[in-house]
Amino acid sequence: MKICLVVDDSSVIRKVARRILEGMDFQIIEAEDGEQALGLCQHQLPDAILLDWNMPKMDGYEFLKALRRMPGGDQPKVVFCTTENDVAHIARALHAGANEYIMKPFDREIVEAKFQEVGLI
Amino acid sequence: MTPSDYEFLRKMLKARSGLMLSADKHYLVESRLLPIARRQGLANLTGLVAKLKRADSEPLTVEVVEAMTTNESLFFRDKTPFDQFRDHIIPSLLEARAATQRIRIWCAAASTGQEPYTLAICLKEMGQLLKGWRIDIVATDINTEVLEKARSGIFSQFEVQRGLPVMMLIKYFSQVGEMWQIAPEMRAMVKFRPLNLLGDFSSLGRFDVVFCRNVLIYFDQETKIDVLNRIDKVTERDGFLALGGAETVVGLTSAFKPVADKRGLYIPNMARASQSESNVIRLLPAAQRLAGGAR
Repeated sequence: MKICLVVDDSSVIRKVARRILEGMDFQIIEAEDGEQALGLCQHQLPDAILLDWNMPKMDGYEFLKALRRMPGGDQPKVVFCTTENDVAHIARALHAGANEYIMKPFDREIVEAKFQEVGLI
Repeated sequence: MTPSDYEFLRKMLKARSGLMLSADKHYLVESRLLPIARRQGLANLTGLVAKLKRADSEPLTVEVVEAMTTNESLFFRDKTPFDQFRDHIIPSLLEARAATQRIRIWCAAASTGQEPYTLAICLKEMGQLLKGWRIDIVATDINTEVLEKARSGIFSQFEVQRGLPVMMLIKYFSQVGEMWQIAPEMRAMVKFRPLNLLGDFSSLGRFDVVFCRNVLIYFDQETKIDVLNRIDKVTERDGFLALGGAETVVGLTSAFKPVADKRGLYIPNMARASQSESNVIRLLPAAQRLAGGAR
């Protein structure tokens, strides 16, 4: 079973994402900010990361840059999932190594489409 | 809505658009047509049907047909047809049309434009390979309202996230408020026209590629055969036909034959005997023919 790390400071979003991703046969681990997510990744790299942008302590963008610098950090497929829905943010995310980008609000159909796009399902 | 109201709507939709409504689609009819009835100041669908039966009902009839035709569409829907378009169809035509450097493509049920724009994106992604080539994409749909949306090239955030890779989004679209609009040069690649597949479409000219996906499923057997045979007449002998995943020509017509290992892709059947079509028709159950098609 593939592992997906859901990183979002909103417990509601994490819950919704968990329900969608478990329905897609992913095992879910959760983090509420980039710092916590980085700690989890140092312990075990997931197959996929669903990543919010704006979070306390370390935001999604900083986390992604740190992840991609880690040994093996180029392996997880990272899909941003954020309210930052302008071209400039999307371009920055892709430049930093994001594989796909979801603009909130999202639903199961969108998550499936994006995960399929990057070869996760 | 009385049984006779439903029967009237069923017959009218079949005659006007080829759409087949099975007996259990009352909910669908009510959910799509009640808003029209209310806009007309009518209390229910019986009132709407009564108005549709009047001599001056043509604009209302068009509105009802448009409301009932399904307009679900996605960018890169099912993915495989577009991989086949890029990896098989276009390379084949680049060779076959080297002398004229012209390719004509028809999207026969274009809906809100995602499919023809996906083809335009695929072509644009081929870059230099198509330099100097003239490629026409003709996109048709029975529903004039969705064609207006298609022409505008404006899609919601939800629509651009279903099937469209984010790289393509930022490359070919710009933000207009909360919406996304495809670039003018991409819009210029597609010509949208209203067209009912039940009517004559020979005036569109001949095509090298026909995408007729996820529309035949709404037609009965007889209409499918008729539409496929008329598509054959406008398809170049070395052209291609792409159908939806749940659609096939097999058992319907010998005008096209499947391309080996390319699901949903068909080519004109050069070896087709003129007699073979009537053979297929003969194979249809007699009762079905008597009833005017598969119900």
